[in-house]
Amino acid sequence: MCLPLPNFQDVTVNFDFSDDQRRLQDEVRKMLAATSTSAEVRKVLAGRTAYSEPVWRKLIDMGAAAAAIPETYGGAGLGYLELCLVAEEAGRHLAAVPLSSSFYLAAEALLKGGSEAQKQRWLPRIASGELIATAALGAGETYLATPALRFDGSTLNGKAAAVPDGIAAGLAILSAGEDLVLVDLDSSGVDRRALASLDPTRPHAELNFRDTPAERLQGGRQGADIVARVLNGAAVLLAFEQVGGAARILDISRDYSLERKAFGRQIGSFQALKHKMADIYTRNELARVHAYYGAWALAADAPALPLAAAAARVAATTAFKHAAEEGIEIHGGIGFTWEMDCHLYLRRSRHLGQLIGSEHAWRDRLAHELIEEAA
Amino acid sequence: MDFKDSPEEAAYRAEVRAWLQANSQPRQRADQVFGEGLDDAAKLAAAKAWQARKAQAGYAAITWPKEMGGQGGTAMQEVIYKQEEAGYLVPRMIFENSLGQCLPTIATWALPELKARHLAKGLAGEEIWCQLFSEPAAGSDTGGIRTRADQQGDQWILNGQKVWTSGAHFCDYGILLARSDWDKPKQEGLTMFILDMKAPGVEIRPIHQMSGDAEFNEVFLNDVRIADTHRLGPACGGWKVMLSTLMHERLAVGGHLPTDLHKRLIDLARKCRWNGKPAIDDARVRERVADAFLLQHGVELIIARGLTALSKGKAPGPEMSITKLVAAKAMQDIASFALELAGPEGALSHESIGQDWHYMQRLWLGAPGARVAGGTDEIMKNVIAERVLGLPGEIRNDRKAPFREL
Ligand SMILES: Cc1cc2nc3c(=O)[nH]c(=O)nc-3n(C[C@H](O)[C@H](O)[C@H](O)COP(=O)(O)OP(=O)(O)OC[C@H]3O[C@@H](n4cnc5c(N)ncnc54)[C@H](O)[C@@H]3O)c2cc1C
Repeated sequence: MCLPLPNFQDVTVNFDFSDDQRRLQDEVRKMLAATSTSAEVRKVLAGRTAYSEPVWRKLIDMGAAAAAIPETYGGAGLGYLELCLVAEEAGRHLAAVPLSSSFYLAAEALLKGGSEAQKQRWLPRIASGELIATAALGAGETYLATPALRFDGSTLNGKAAAVPDGIAAGLAILSAGEDLVLVDLDSSGVDRRALASLDPTRPHAELNFRDTPAERLQGGRQGADIVARVLNGAAVLLAFEQVGGAARILDISRDYSLERKAFGRQIGSFQALKHKMADIYTRNELARVHAYYGAWALAADAPALPLAAAAARVAATTAFKHAAEEGIEIHGGIGFTWEMDCHLYLRRSRHLGQLIGSEHAWRDRLAHELIEEAA
Repeated sequence: MDFKDSPEEAAYRAEVRAWLQANSQPRQRADQVFGEGLDDAAKLAAAKAWQARKAQAGYAAITWPKEMGGQGGTAMQEVIYKQEEAGYLVPRMIFENSLGQCLPTIATWALPELKARHLAKGLAGEEIWCQLFSEPAAGSDTGGIRTRADQQGDQWILNGQKVWTSGAHFCDYGILLARSDWDKPKQEGLTMFILDMKAPGVEIRPIHQMSGDAEFNEVFLNDVRIADTHRLGPACGGWKVMLSTLMHERLAVGGHLPTDLHKRLIDLARKCRWNGKPAIDDARVRERVADAFLLQHGVELIIARGLTALSKGKAPGPEMSITKLVAAKAMQDIASFALELAGPEGALSHESIGQDWHYMQRLWLGAPGARVAGGTDEIMKNVIAERVLGLPGEIRNDRKAPFREL
């Protein structure tokens, strides 16, 4: 009937994941749908456990969590594109696990900045899930004004506020002045205090150090470069969690709008709600393509990474917040209840949106990159 | 996942570059446009000459089979050509409806002898085509068409009025949707025709647009005779033909979105001063630069995804509607903010404030039209809600009844 479709062989514009990568994503999705259920997430919400052990175990055993850690260090040796898709599923299913602390941040800091001995010592233990690691790499935005940690080359003193998964972790990588420092949290002189989070499914802790033995990962200019590189990677990975969460809350809201009736019709037939959901979808898709671009830049270690990461971070943060807020509005009163999962997405959007600095800080970074590029 | 040309693509790009260098002129300024300083007639002649050269080289319809005047090339080659051509002074809008929607519709639905008569000439720009769907009472609701087509032997007699017809004043032919059966429900009584714009009874009146230009027209039809051979698709099958036309519109992913608006914003912000400092140093300005990039590059990336799907043999679906929705509104917001950079002076026309501002001012005045043309924002959101998200259609009471009773 129509024009013969153009000949598409040999076309290599390839802005998508491969079939193998999609298969891995499907497996992770199925596993998480079965294990990271609302009931499971709510065990962490209720504070009965610091993270969801069954979900964590499965993510580790599948090789999903350690997708980007090379095999020589006990990882799956797949790559960042795979880890991005794992992250998307973790976000979609609200996985209450230390994926970002252990894998996007700490393992990455070790990989990028650690000595061979440090990598050999710690990465296999992280990859196998035997050890949870975390990192606090310093943020430009602060209220608590905690004085900088002091590192004298062999011991650490001071306090790190709001360390994600700080209670569960056995290893921390911390910014201390100019240095990036590695601390075994089982050492002497470590004192931890659990903190309450707005998203209790992702707990934080305050860590206090008194003459705690610690070693330097990197120092000076190099340390700062590594921090920037790790944060850019984390921005991309977190964007995938956000994209997954935003897509899921849109699905949930859409389904509800088809069930619920008012004024004799499905509420999803009201144009105000249709357009609201079209807006959510549009923002979600913009976030998705920026995340994809970030994934490409991360995997290719492209010079565009700082720009792509900042774009992914801002687009995904705003999209998830918007989707989570409007998702509750679409549900009406029931959306405001503890029993409905809507608030879990709202809480998670808050956590993910601020974990490595707010959207405002990242938007300014993006502007900086664009202005530099235009110069 | 990668963004690199394959060796074949790189070779094609080099070929295109060489051809463009030999046959066109690169733009000197970012806002330079084709035919500056020429009057309308001279500009049209120059545009036709350009299109003829382009068609001869096979670049007018890269993805079409060779026997239809194309290159038998890939969608990616088409994209590569567009990317390269963007740096050159070539006509932009004149052939858009012709090549993008009308000729593919002809190629799909016209009788073989009409294809032979029109396709090559159309590709070569010798004949230009327009699209006559909208009417005073049928815009978003295209099914509301009232132009009547009455069959008399092997001819059809047309009477009625079309409106918003882009380019009608310089076009030779058009594809036109009219009502041939008033007893059938709305969308089922329509038939598509080829209209000779020079036929007796066709009267074209330019409409003065808010942008100051006159790019679209009213077209009046008084006892215009169209041979039955010039019918496209079956009688009363016009709705389906129109959907195929719009499908080609969607296939033309890429379109004419400016892709460097954030750079223009940066450039203007460097030249403006806010409280004695370059505006570009102000956090509010930096924020808007970032947001401009997010929207614009986002649209480009969505298109790249559509192309990837295309390259795997999947036709772009309704989800591509978001590109137009986002791009038109982004254009409006970015241009609006750009004008604000100059404070009170920013409300002066470019003739007074300076040439630097011409492009953004043109964009600002054109953006409202972009949000309406090809489906309003609201219609696009309905499409996304219904066709992508599966939400219920609008409640309507005009689907079943014979059109004459509505
Ligand atoms: C620059 C330009 C070029 C054009 N070129 C052509 C051309 O070459 N050929 C051609 O045939 N047409 C052309 N058009 C016409 C264009 O397709 C129509 O203007 C458009 O589809 C809107 O129709 P309308 O103007 O009748 O507005 P209406 O349909 O009357 O819309 C008015 C308002 O009502 C809203 N509305 C309507 N229906 C709904 C609904 N179901 N839900 C929510 N809101 C709704 C619209 O969003 C809009 O805000 C052009 C228009 C422009 C601006």
